[in-house]
Amino acid sequence: MSILKKALTTAALSVAMMAGTAQAEPMRIALVVKALGIGFFEAANKGAEEAAKELGDVEIIYTGPTDTTAEGQIEVINSLIAQKVDAIAVSANDTDALVPTLKKAMERGITVISWDSGVAKDGRLMHLNPSSSALIGNTIVKLAADHLPEGGDVAILSATTTSTNQNTWIEEAKKVLPNYPGINIVATVYGDDLADKSYRETQGLLQTYPNLKAIIAPTSVGIVAAAQAVEDAGKVGSVNVTGLGLPSEMAGHVKSGASQSFAIWNPIDLGYSATMIAYHLAKGDAKAEPGAEISMGRMGNVKLDDNNEGAMADPFTYDASNIDQFSSIF
Amino acid sequence: MTAASQPTPRHIPDRLKSRLSRTLKSWEALLLVVAAAIFVANALASPYFLDPWNLSDASFNFTEKALIAFAMAMLIIAGEIDLSVAAIIALASTVMGSAMVAGAPVWALVGLGIGTGLACGAFNGLLVAGFGLPSIVVTIGTMSLFRGISYIVLGDGAFTGYPPEFGWFGQGYVWWVFSFELALFAVMAVVFGVLLHRTNFGRLVYVIGNNATAARFSGVRVDRVRFILFLLTGVMSGVASVCLTSRLGSTRPSIATGFELEAVTMVVLGGVSILGGSGSIPGVVIAALVMGLVTFGLGLLNVPGIVMSIIVGGLLIGVIALPRLWAMMRK
Repeated sequence: MSILKKALTTAALSVAMMAGTAQAEPMRIALVVKALGIGFFEAANKGAEEAAKELGDVEIIYTGPTDTTAEGQIEVINSLIAQKVDAIAVSANDTDALVPTLKKAMERGITVISWDSGVAKDGRLMHLNPSSSALIGNTIVKLAADHLPEGGDVAILSATTTSTNQNTWIEEAKKVLPNYPGINIVATVYGDDLADKSYRETQGLLQTYPNLKAIIAPTSVGIVAAAQAVEDAGKVGSVNVTGLGLPSEMAGHVKSGASQSFAIWNPIDLGYSATMIAYHLAKGDAKAEPGAEISMGRMGNVKLDDNNEGAMADPFTYDASNIDQFSSIF
Repeated sequence: MTAASQPTPRHIPDRLKSRLSRTLKSWEALLLVVAAAIFVANALASPYFLDPWNLSDASFNFTEKALIAFAMAMLIIAGEIDLSVAAIIALASTVMGSAMVAGAPVWALVGLGIGTGLACGAFNGLLVAGFGLPSIVVTIGTMSLFRGISYIVLGDGAFTGYPPEFGWFGQGYVWWVFSFELALFAVMAVVFGVLLHRTNFGRLVYVIGNNATAARFSGVRVDRVRFILFLLTGVMSGVASVCLTSRLGSTRPSIATGFELEAVTMVVLGGVSILGGSGSIPGVVIAALVMGLVTFGLGLLNVPGIVMSIIVGGLLIGVIALPRLWAMMRK
């Protein structure tokens, strides 16, 4: 108990000190992520800090639950509402379940936007997509097809069955499939964004489909696990792992040859843009309405569609030629 | 019950009373001190803590889990466990969602949610009490089974668009800042407190948890009590499902993931012996408050969830180890 007391008093002291140094009442923008400890979101936080520095009077609160659950995120958002933050920018674990809580936040005067993984329209002012889903869907198929001139069997390793992002991208990918003759999607499996489960699911794929030529993993956890499983199975060269991943986590697998190339937008840019948008909306010098254009600083402007959604930029392809340059960044 | 049942419940507690009641008393006292210390520390650490609305919002962090924990406490005291509670929430929520899509009125949704919980509890109870299978194995199985059915029905889809009146159970307020869930928590605390500590049935739960064989030889219908306990846990999971579904306003098969461990944590933190035979409802109530206060207080300080779970884990081990260390030092 005394340890707990100590921990709490130290926490109390440090907060008091923080409050002491930042007396000028900066605008507090909370960056709520799906779960802490994920490289992608740590990078987004870097971008948010960069935006805060550029804007000057902004304090970033980077937070999120331990597991990727909607219930955990609601607890986090409740504590942010209690702290009366100025804005919440959330990457949601569940499109619908966060809506009642976020509505409450907006009723209490907090600016709410979603980014990366969206919230249903009622629960936010606007949503910032990292890219357009159609472009991503096309990119992930193209990444596989580029290295399969003859075509072949391809499998998808996704996150959870309820992941909004992944489901949309896979849907879009299936739409453009006719443009890539010979590419045949044989299965979609779910690794739940857990390294061990994704690894086992990949092993299952390799055993079930001996003719498999490529695995598309549109998740940063899944792609690493899949590449590792392919290496461990000695299938480097015959099965190409591609999809969406982080350069730092994929560098080794690109060098080993398990992954020829993969894509991702820049999460630093994403955190930066989300912070910029939240700032302008909270400040009141921009309005979230269909057709509106909101400034994202160095990233240009985002244009909102009828659903108050906007796309930031195109995904970017990483391969052996540029992996070293980016793997040190994120 | 025959007249012979009079001495039976007395004998076993007598043997335990001298030491156990004292430890129990000090346990709850210790927990209360911990709760008070956390409350004061929170109030000092954050200017936002002592706000009635904020505290009310924070109560949602534990109310649904605590509703399950009350029933789970009785089950664990009787020497059993139910790990399928979170899966029951998912299945009950899925049933409610399907009924909602079919146009069922609000009262029917509530009835179906609780009814599904009852049915799941009966299934668990039948396998454990009826066929004599170990509860941990049975409920690990039904945990996958119940949630699996939800996944089959929903896949990656969701039920949304519950009627606004249904939202009252998870988002409505009975009076001022007191939400329906908080009121339900208080009422259920009393109901389960009376059931466990003031009724014959409650005494039998302790008797079975201490020595099921002796209880059986004394004429206690052990399997019937066990069956009823699983029914109770199922019903409370159904009630928690109504509250959670209403609060989220939607159903996904991944709803309430991990709730079973949090409910068990609350029960153990509340001083219930994981081996059965001892524990109390007041302890569980205080444990629920402690967990709610800790997570909310740390949340206000924006302590990362990973650190938070380390602290909750440390708290659990600390509170359980302390009385033992205390006893050892006294000797």
